[in-house]
Amino acid sequence: MTTASLTGADATTNVPLKRRLKRAERARQLKAFALVGPLLLFLLFTFAGPIAGMLWHAVDDREVRQVLPQTVAALAGWDGKDLPDEKAYAALASDLQAARAAGTIAIAAKRLNYAQNGFRTILFSTARNLKAAPEAGTAKETLGKINPAWRERSTWTTIKGASGPITSFYLLGALDLVRNADGAIVAAPPDQAIYREVFARTFLISLGVTALCLMLGFPVAYLLATLPAGRSNLLMIFVLLPFWTSLLVRTCAWIVLLQSKGVVNDSLHWLGIIDEPLRLIYNRFGVCVAMTHVLLPFMILPLYSSMKAISPAYMRAAASLGAPPLTAFLRIYLPQTLPGIGAGSLLVFILALGYYITPALVGGAADQMISYFIALYTTETANWGLASALGAVLLLATVLLALVYGKLVQGQQVTGGMKN
Amino acid sequence: MSDAPSIRTSSQRIAWAATILVSTLVFIFLIAPILAIMPLSFSSGSYLTYPLPGFSLRWYDDFINSPRWMNSLKNSMIIGVASTLLSMVLGTLAALGLAQWKSRFKPLVLAFVLSPVVVPGVITAVGLYFFFAPIGLTGSYLGLILAHTALATPFVVITVGATLQSFDTNLARAAASLGASPLEAFRRVILPLILPGLASGALFAFATSFDEVVIVLFMAGPEQRTLPREMFSGIRENISPTITAAAVILTTVSVILLATLEGLRRRNERLKGGVT
Repeated sequence: MTTASLTGADATTNVPLKRRLKRAERARQLKAFALVGPLLLFLLFTFAGPIAGMLWHAVDDREVRQVLPQTVAALAGWDGKDLPDEKAYAALASDLQAARAAGTIAIAAKRLNYAQNGFRTILFSTARNLKAAPEAGTAKETLGKINPAWRERSTWTTIKGASGPITSFYLLGALDLVRNADGAIVAAPPDQAIYREVFARTFLISLGVTALCLMLGFPVAYLLATLPAGRSNLLMIFVLLPFWTSLLVRTCAWIVLLQSKGVVNDSLHWLGIIDEPLRLIYNRFGVCVAMTHVLLPFMILPLYSSMKAISPAYMRAAASLGAPPLTAFLRIYLPQTLPGIGAGSLLVFILALGYYITPALVGGAADQMISYFIALYTTETANWGLASALGAVLLLATVLLALVYGKLVQGQQVTGGMKN
Repeated sequence: MSDAPSIRTSSQRIAWAATILVSTLVFIFLIAPILAIMPLSFSSGSYLTYPLPGFSLRWYDDFINSPRWMNSLKNSMIIGVASTLLSMVLGTLAALGLAQWKSRFKPLVLAFVLSPVVVPGVITAVGLYFFFAPIGLTGSYLGLILAHTALATPFVVITVGATLQSFDTNLARAAASLGASPLEAFRRVILPLILPGLASGALFAFATSFDEVVIVLFMAGPEQRTLPREMFSGIRENISPTITAAAVILTTVSVILLATLEGLRRRNERLKGGVT
């Protein structure tokens, strides 16, 4: 094409080249986004939607309102200072009769029992003994006779507190907090306050495992980064093979090794170090050993890549300027590995926080981490609200740490192959 | 030691020796459990203790003749292959798109696409359980395949994306200037060049699904139990030598996947070394 024909074409279309380029670029960008679109839609359905649903379950509170709609409506204007008026009692009597006929009392009873132990009995006994609708004006008296609990203000505040449609009840519960009869947030009774301890335990175990991984991983990463490529590639197999081996195989292996008749106890006995088998598994020790084994490669790999990027010339320069080896290591080498240490530690910590399988299999009752309780309340006791609230707290912690991790590894290549 | 990094003083020699010693112990720690479990699967006795009373293949026999274990192996393969295929399609398209897409929202989109890897398994599992139960996707193959695809796709996006980064876009332009349609250019020029990256992505995806157990715990009915799921209940009840046989089979699959991946990596490095 010659310059003349180009100008000619321009003249006929009368569209500046710049704008045409811009338009082509915009089309290209649209096409690029269209390629990402299917995955985004897919993840919306299989990942983001479900997690949003879980978060919704943590605040969703419609059971009582579905089963006792008139009562909830009657209590809407109640100030909570005295017993509610006759209208509320009549509404409750009518709701209970309808719910008994529909067989839905259990739904409301379950929710109210979470807020006040024994509420299930109150509700069922009242419904059972309520033979006919109380005559106009006598509902308060009738219900109070059937169960004296209806003469207590707290019974009614419990219902009002559970009348939804959304609630902070489960989220507060996940942090060992409750609302008292006056609506103030106070500490939960000690027999129900277990989650702060579980969160503390989860953090403590994760922190311990992270520290162990760093201590064990640092020398290995240093060795791998320092050795010539041929040898370090060979030794890398020791890191990659466990990394690729199924989590269950590795957990199973530790049980075989650490059980009372296991290889470790047998060897120690044979060597005459112990007389009685040591308790090495189904306790905190077993959890920490197995989790460190599973997560160690996640520490070694980021450390290795950060050390690999450090030029040996820096250390030589430090030495030539008269720095003793230890000083050179502490002041020249170590600072340069800090991004790797940060990335590896955060990665291990984040992954450890969400661990479920390993503690469930090698831990005792006092070593279960937060994931265990989330699973328990989802499948066993079907307390979805509490399961979701605990999940929301765990998710929040994970997301915050992941944001820090993202900042830290920005520009560095993300190491793939994270398994849970 | 000839490998030592320019060792001059005795203190450096001690430090290097300590590094080697500690690393050796860590390597033993990493590999010994996996090696220790293997011989037990060939034991003729029913107890998981050393020394082995004798050699026997009875536990493998047990595995192969157990409908429960064979069904779980079949399920792992079905779900693994299906979610690999699905995640390859979605992940490769997304990686191709992300490579060309220029927007300030790109880091956000990328973070979202990669997030299934970071979010704890229990949270994803609980969410899916609530979400899939009302629409009949719990206790179904489809539900598990979709869930595993969500977990596996990030690895495909990462691996294929990394391959695309080193891909010379001039080659695609050259194909276009020689008259190839975009589709033809993709099929005959781009695809063969990024194929090793695609293969690594597929291996990662398959390994993710093959190893996953938390979501299966929540979502699978008795019909869809996978190999890790059977192992989980086996370990919970009472570890029998059949479980060690299952463990050896799982480990063999991992080794094959790892060896293939390593082969791909080496080939890639050789090619890179040859071209530039």
